[in-house]
Amino acid sequence: MDAETKARRYVVCRADEIQPGASKRVEVAGRDIAIFNVNGEYSAIGDRCPHEGASLCRGAIVGLAEADEPGEARMTRHGEFVRCPWHGWEFDLKTGKSYCDPRRTRVKKFELSVEDGAKIVEGPYKIDVFDVRQEGSYLVIEI
Amino acid sequence: MNEMTREVDLANANKVKLVDCDIHPAMKSRDEMTKFMPLRWREHVRDFGIRTASPLYGAMPYPRITPGNGMRRDAWPPAGGPPASDVAFLQEQLLDGLGIDYGILQALGPGGATFNQGLGAAISSAMNDWQVEKWLEADKRLRGSICVSQEDPDAAVAEIEARAQDKRFVQIAITPRMLEPAGRKRYWPIYEVAEHYNLPISMHSAAYGTRANTGTGWTSFYLEEHFAFSNASQTAITSMVFEGVFERFRNLKLVVVEGGFAWLPPLGWRMDREWERMREEVPHVVRAPSEQIRDHVWLTTQPMEEPEVNRDLYDILNWMGDDKLMFATDYPHWDFDHPEYAFKVPLDPALKHAILAGNACKLYGLE
Amino acid sequence: MTSAVASASRPRAGTLPIAGLGAIDCDVHPRSPRRQDLAPYVTDYWREIFTTREIDHLEMSGYPETLRPNRPAPEAGNADAASLAKGLLDPLKLDAAILNVASGVHAIFDPYLAQVICQATNRWLAAEWLDRDPRLRASLVVPFQHPEAAVAEIEAYAKDHRFVQIMAIVMSDNPLGQRRFWPIYEAAAKHGFALNIHAGNTYRHAPTQSGFNSYLVEDFVHQTQGFANQVGSLVAEGVLGKFPEMKVVLSESGVTWMPSLMWRMSKDWRGVRIEVPWVKEMPSLLMRQQVRMTLQPFDGPADPAQAARAIAHLGGDEMLLFSSDYPHDHRIDVAYWPANLPEELAAKAARENALATYPRLEV
Repeated sequence: MDAETKARRYVVCRADEIQPGASKRVEVAGRDIAIFNVNGEYSAIGDRCPHEGASLCRGAIVGLAEADEPGEARMTRHGEFVRCPWHGWEFDLKTGKSYCDPRRTRVKKFELSVEDGAKIVEGPYKIDVFDVRQEGSYLVIEI
Repeated sequence: MNEMTREVDLANANKVKLVDCDIHPAMKSRDEMTKFMPLRWREHVRDFGIRTASPLYGAMPYPRITPGNGMRRDAWPPAGGPPASDVAFLQEQLLDGLGIDYGILQALGPGGATFNQGLGAAISSAMNDWQVEKWLEADKRLRGSICVSQEDPDAAVAEIEARAQDKRFVQIAITPRMLEPAGRKRYWPIYEVAEHYNLPISMHSAAYGTRANTGTGWTSFYLEEHFAFSNASQTAITSMVFEGVFERFRNLKLVVVEGGFAWLPPLGWRMDREWERMREEVPHVVRAPSEQIRDHVWLTTQPMEEPEVNRDLYDILNWMGDDKLMFATDYPHWDFDHPEYAFKVPLDPALKHAILAGNACKLYGLE
Repeated sequence: MTSAVASASRPRAGTLPIAGLGAIDCDVHPRSPRRQDLAPYVTDYWREIFTTREIDHLEMSGYPETLRPNRPAPEAGNADAASLAKGLLDPLKLDAAILNVASGVHAIFDPYLAQVICQATNRWLAAEWLDRDPRLRASLVVPFQHPEAAVAEIEAYAKDHRFVQIMAIVMSDNPLGQRRFWPIYEAAAKHGFALNIHAGNTYRHAPTQSGFNSYLVEDFVHQTQGFANQVGSLVAEGVLGKFPEMKVVLSESGVTWMPSLMWRMSKDWRGVRIEVPWVKEMPSLLMRQQVRMTLQPFDGPADPAQAARAIAHLGGDEMLLFSSDYPHDHRIDVAYWPANLPEELAAKAARENALATYPRLEV
């Protein structure tokens, strides 16, 4: 975004329109944004999945399934990811990053082999994250 | 815009732009289908069920990744019922939503997999009645695939004969997981009548069958099972080529649905190589396998291939030729393809049109 | 569609001689041992069993060695180490050749019979082949029917580095990634053995989801399904992840089908990952890192430029291992690099990739 462009605040909906566990798509300044209420906390991300354009607000809010060994799966980071309603891609609600992004996977390996402080390369499969706040009864997004 | 451009635009406006070659219509309850059966079979279903080789009755042996046995999460009709069970919602979300001109139904009838062959024939017939009443009558854009029980060729032929005059049925639907490989003689009566009526044989990937899903036993995971669909697709093509089906039935057409397609050029090369090495074993095979594939086999695009280097898709398309691929969404399944975003590389407009509509129009006589 | 067939019955001859590449041939077939070959290495009990029960000639129906296309050309020589040297190693000036016994031992039901024939075969390989020509290496034949015995055999040969890999047949009882086989991989990985999955079919299952095919030619076509399913199993079950140093060599698998598996499994993994969260890397990456394929018989198009494209889809050239599949008859002169394989691949595929694949291979 142009540094000179002033960020604008948009009232997008009433806070109680999105109950815990629910989501809503809003249009703000020409962008489709998905807002999620996860245990009372709101997140906002770009709504369109970069894979084939599905609406992420229709996806499931999930944790992260992990396993160190085959057959020893556990669920952590509850509520931190959305799974695309179509092909199931997982996106971190805080960073917008696709969990399975190949670039990210390669970056992980890269970090292991070089010194700390290596720059993280942004992968192609990333969605925008927006700052959403509750102000009184309303949700406000700043773009 | 000048006069000439406007004329061309008008001409294009009437042209078919999008054909979806794999839509899975659903029922709110099984009664929708069984109501077409004679009482004797309705009662049989009630008491003895519809049993197939799936080890779990009424559930997927390899559970899917989303509710509804693997449906798009956003395809559940607001008015209720499972995805694709509500005509109005399907029209709105899929046909209208994507601008589909024609949609080909793959009803996935269990008749061909049912152990009880009398029941299987009754199911296939009822599935076809159901397609007509609920779908083909409701929307002029929809076309049906004739469900048949391939293990009972007499019944299958009779069912095809009964439906052939209804031109809204554009092909025959057979499971590729059969008791014998697809080219074997016992299925030839079906191919004969299919060729006679110029109805392609479609084979849509099947979720279960009488044999292990691989030639080396049953896989543990859905991740393996899903791509193992292509085993059945490859087997069907290989068998039909080497048994001489396409030599005997020179006008027969095979449509492989939901098997993927990037494996096809390598399969053709390999088949040619093996035929070269062993052609005396199969003297009835006169044309090279890759040539037969070119002449007789079509494939639907879903699940779209996603090379690591996007541009590698051009090689696959180049090897396959312009006229073999037909677009499909696989609505309402989770691995649905969107016609605008499924291709990760720009396509030549003529090729894109061929894949999105032209090839299907030609094959199914849609325009 | 581009056809593999350039001419009526014989592919064009290659022009790049193998001699001069310092090549390591990763798939060579000695004749399969008979009863009299194995008798010296078994007990009285087993000698009696072999005789009374007529256990002698063992050949897989799903991969017959005495029938086409495998049946050797009359002039080929694999009766013993000397004829193999004369027929293959000397003319091609090979630095090493890896022997694969693809006999019916892999199809035996009795786990103890399988075990004893594997043991005797390995001793015969060592005495009659490896001891007689310092260029020869071998796959250790192990009874997948009896994992404990397989582990014991691996331990017994841990120090004999002429055995560079253990051998499985691609189509057998179970997908190779399943837990029952993990003790075998643990032992193999511990001692630096690669896992060789060789073409063949023990007919524990029909080759296809629709039962048995009529023709042997179809068996050979269907092998790629088996190889894809085995690689898929090793990925999904987490074997590649658990044993990252162990390379998996696919022998006589063909090459050009591999990219379609890489792409398809990677595509699905993104959404299906929750089923197998121990698969932490893109399947295509795992395959590129750990899976190797022998080159012949090559399953690509006749035009080398198109073949180069097909191979480029692999995303790297380290997966390819030169092999002759001698003396199985492919109607081409094995002394030359195949005509439809790009010559640019030769240097790396002929030697470098094998050295990187086999920690136990010393040349």
